[in-house]
Amino acid sequence: MSRRPVDTGDPDRLYTITGGRSEAPDDLDLVSLIVSECEPARGMQSEHVRILELCRRPAAVVEIAAELKLPVTVVRILVGDLLAMAKVTARHPRPASAAAALPESALLLEVLDGLRKL
Amino acid sequence: MDSVSFEPSTSSEPPARTPLSATAETGLKIVVVGGFGVGKTTLVRSVSEIRPLNTEEVMTEAGVGIDRTAGLADKSTTTVAFDFGRISLSERTVLYLFGAPGQERFWFLWDRLFVGTLGAVVLVDTRRMSDCWYAIDRLEHHRTPFVVAVNRFEHDSNAFSLSEIRQALALPEHVPLIDCDARVRSSGKNVLITLVDHLYELAMAREMTP
Repeated sequence: MSRRPVDTGDPDRLYTITGGRSEAPDDLDLVSLIVSECEPARGMQSEHVRILELCRRPAAVVEIAAELKLPVTVVRILVGDLLAMAKVTARHPRPASAAAALPESALLLEVLDGLRKL
Repeated sequence: MDSVSFEPSTSSEPPARTPLSATAETGLKIVVVGGFGVGKTTLVRSVSEIRPLNTEEVMTEAGVGIDRTAGLADKSTTTVAFDFGRISLSERTVLYLFGAPGQERFWFLWDRLFVGTLGAVVLVDTRRMSDCWYAIDRLEHHRTPFVVAVNRFEHDSNAFSLSEIRQALALPEHVPLIDCDARVRSSGKNVLITLVDHLYELAMAREMTP
């Protein structure tokens, strides 16, 4: 059983990690795929180092959150920092234009195809 | 900051992380909703290529129904944990499957985390069918397409038929309703295919309409 509650410690710690910020970039989705564009450098915040290490291959925001054992919003803020410094790039999911908009049939056929091959 | 350092994994466990293909570029979402203990994580695990991971979201929200002029004092923090798994569909496309509780507080997160989801699976335990009423209501409200899968537990002594269940859930005819065994990979896969088939039909109908 892999399920284990995520221990985020006390809120003060999260506040420290994000430098007191609570607003994450809007365009960072749970499944935006993050890719490192450089190696960690000396003096970087430890969470930034971990993200750069994890994202040598693409990793979704939610995967980073699970690996770092941090809430999703905190990770979005941290990834946002790295994006602003051009140390990572993000491959965004198809724009969620309207919540009610259905994805086009071509994409769904691709998904069906992939599922049938499982 | 030692609190953020990785916990050493126990040696008997497989490597926690299986990296994605370097060419992965599109992440997709499907959400599995259902009551406590209905088998959401089991379903995610049966089809996922990684051991399901657990994470959470913390949000501060103004107290509902409380006088907002009272200021910061009425803010409360809500924490919602959820599991997820992953299926690489192709070199480019990767599907993330989220298992999420159906309780009321979870729906605060729907707009924020699960926006843009392809669709949802409502997982039902016939011993506690009322657990999913709220989820079905919210999905209809959000206009998120969904299918309903009945997780047939071994000791399903009631053994309601699908038509009885459809009636009990007041489920419209156009919503697919199927049996499954969340523990079995082929069955979990069939649930996902049923959902995406349904989504495809909806998309086709939409594209045919000028």
